[in-house]
Amino acid sequence: MILKDTNFKIIPSSESAQAKSFEEIEHTADWAYRVRGENLAQLLIQATLGLYSLVGMQLTPGSQTTRSIQLKGIDRESLLVAWLNELLYFHESEGLGFEQIKIQYLDETSIEAKVTGAPTQQWLKDIKAVTYHNLAICETESGLEVTLVLDV
Amino acid sequence: MKIRKQDLQRIDDYVWVIPTSFHPEMNVPVWIFADEELLEDALEDLSLTQGVNVACLPGLVGHVAIMPDVHQGYGMPIGGVMAAKVPEGIISPGAVGYDINCGVRVLASSIEYQTAIPYLNDLASTLYRNCPSGVGKGGSLPLSVEEFDHICRQGARWALGKGYATQEDLERTEEFGCLEGADPAKASQRAKQRGKGQLGTLGAGNHFLEVDVVDEVFDTEAARVMGLELGCLAVQIHCGSRGFGHQICTDYVHDFQWAVINYGIKLPDRELVCAPFDSPEGQAYLAAMKAAANYAFANRQALAYHARRSFQEVFGSQPGVQPLRQVYDIAHNMAKIETHQIEGEELTVCVHRKGATRAFGAGFAGLPAEYRPLGQPVLVPGSMGTESWILLGTKANEELSFGSSCHGAGRVMSRRQAKRTIRGDRLREKLEQEGINIRAGSMPGLAEEAPQAYKNVSRVVETVSKAGIAHKVARLRPIAVVKG
Repeated sequence: MILKDTNFKIIPSSESAQAKSFEEIEHTADWAYRVRGENLAQLLIQATLGLYSLVGMQLTPGSQTTRSIQLKGIDRESLLVAWLNELLYFHESEGLGFEQIKIQYLDETSIEAKVTGAPTQQWLKDIKAVTYHNLAICETESGLEVTLVLDV
Repeated sequence: MKIRKQDLQRIDDYVWVIPTSFHPEMNVPVWIFADEELLEDALEDLSLTQGVNVACLPGLVGHVAIMPDVHQGYGMPIGGVMAAKVPEGIISPGAVGYDINCGVRVLASSIEYQTAIPYLNDLASTLYRNCPSGVGKGGSLPLSVEEFDHICRQGARWALGKGYATQEDLERTEEFGCLEGADPAKASQRAKQRGKGQLGTLGAGNHFLEVDVVDEVFDTEAARVMGLELGCLAVQIHCGSRGFGHQICTDYVHDFQWAVINYGIKLPDRELVCAPFDSPEGQAYLAAMKAAANYAFANRQALAYHARRSFQEVFGSQPGVQPLRQVYDIAHNMAKIETHQIEGEELTVCVHRKGATRAFGAGFAGLPAEYRPLGQPVLVPGSMGTESWILLGTKANEELSFGSSCHGAGRVMSRRQAKRTIRGDRLREKLEQEGINIRAGSMPGLAEEAPQAYKNVSRVVETVSKAGIAHKVARLRPIAVVKG
């Protein structure tokens, strides 16, 4: 097991006090961004933050909504892609974005989490999917790094 | 793996080959259709590397064909075509892409541009109002569960019963607007949830609805048969299967990560995930992909209905105005079961086209009777603000690229760079000064789609023409663009 019962706050804003560990990189047709994290949980959180920042997500102030997410992947890369695609699904099907993530269980092939957020007030870009293109989570001196390509 | 010009063999002015000797994992060579300048563009990004990756997939026959509008995508390059032997080969959701049956429909009008000039501003606003576009915009045609499944099975035929289509529309649509064998049960509830409120919407990104004027005719007889009149208006609709198709691809790309291990398939890129064609996984994807393809045919049909409504609202009071007539509707992200002559043998293959259209020559039985002597129409939209083309596929092309052609201009500039260097509001002003009415929901989105971000579409068309893939019928010039 990598992690159990840990809370994260997601603030997708350029003024965020949260350390920014993602950057958009060049891609001819689609969008790509590089993400760094100390461990898989941090990588997943930073990838979430990166995704929400790229689309300019803003939530409607007011009442909050919580959803449960349970996912399996064949490895940590597929788990990461499944997680991000789940967030896209919640946006497109229910118009929801999330600002708090409580990871209840995480290992390299499964995650259970409760996510809390609200209807999105702003979402500037349609993203069809997060892809597996050249997907590899690399070990670095400071932790983990991955480049994600989004089909837009 | 970086590919250099010296790695390529030049066959003639428009055909280049990467032989299987380039990489030990390649099962077939890669043929690139490009003039020297377009080839240089392709060498700038990872397009050709992605083409080589595709050539490493198991079960392929012939070669991988790369169109002159190629650009880097994910997995398969945009503008790529591959053929896998049926049933021994594979089927790959990643090689079709997320926007299953993204495609283009062209409608022709008998309204003369000169007559229409005073109405163009109103027409652009009416189209923008009637044809939902942009991020998160819902559809105007709510569907019950039963109706959704009906669309998955029937495609554009569904619209005929609803009064949204004519018989001629269906006849002038690839596969007559319906792929047989679609099974909505093979699409997840999540996919249906994403797609149920989106029928009759353009979406965002590079999707658009455009009003054009037929600016030049190269094949008078073919243009006449198609209903294209010099100096008259035409409409282009570019969109696909929306969230329904996106989720189907997402689901199967995820599930196939297990399939490749179970079937012992080695991949050069995980996005090229695939399964044996005749495996339960492969057949399930094929049935789901067909459901998404049918949804996309119905989606473009619904938008054509809205476009006709808009023309009626603006021009309806004028005497003698005829409804818009369909020229053709064509897919450019799809896997199709076809028969081709490959290295002297007639083979049934699963042709994957991503950012490439079918372009069969004269005599093809899948065409309406009036098009059969001509060949299949190929619709090639340019970038916003530049010309678009109507072509016809050739018989010779069936041995060049499995009867495939280019699908557009092809990007050369990243979206990030376009946003950095181009301001959407200034671009709109410039295009409007050139006589193009722009209706767009997002200025950064408009900047991303600026003409400077794309190759010269006429150069692309010249290449497919000179290479013998398709021949020119007419050129269209934009006068109004609706984007999300």
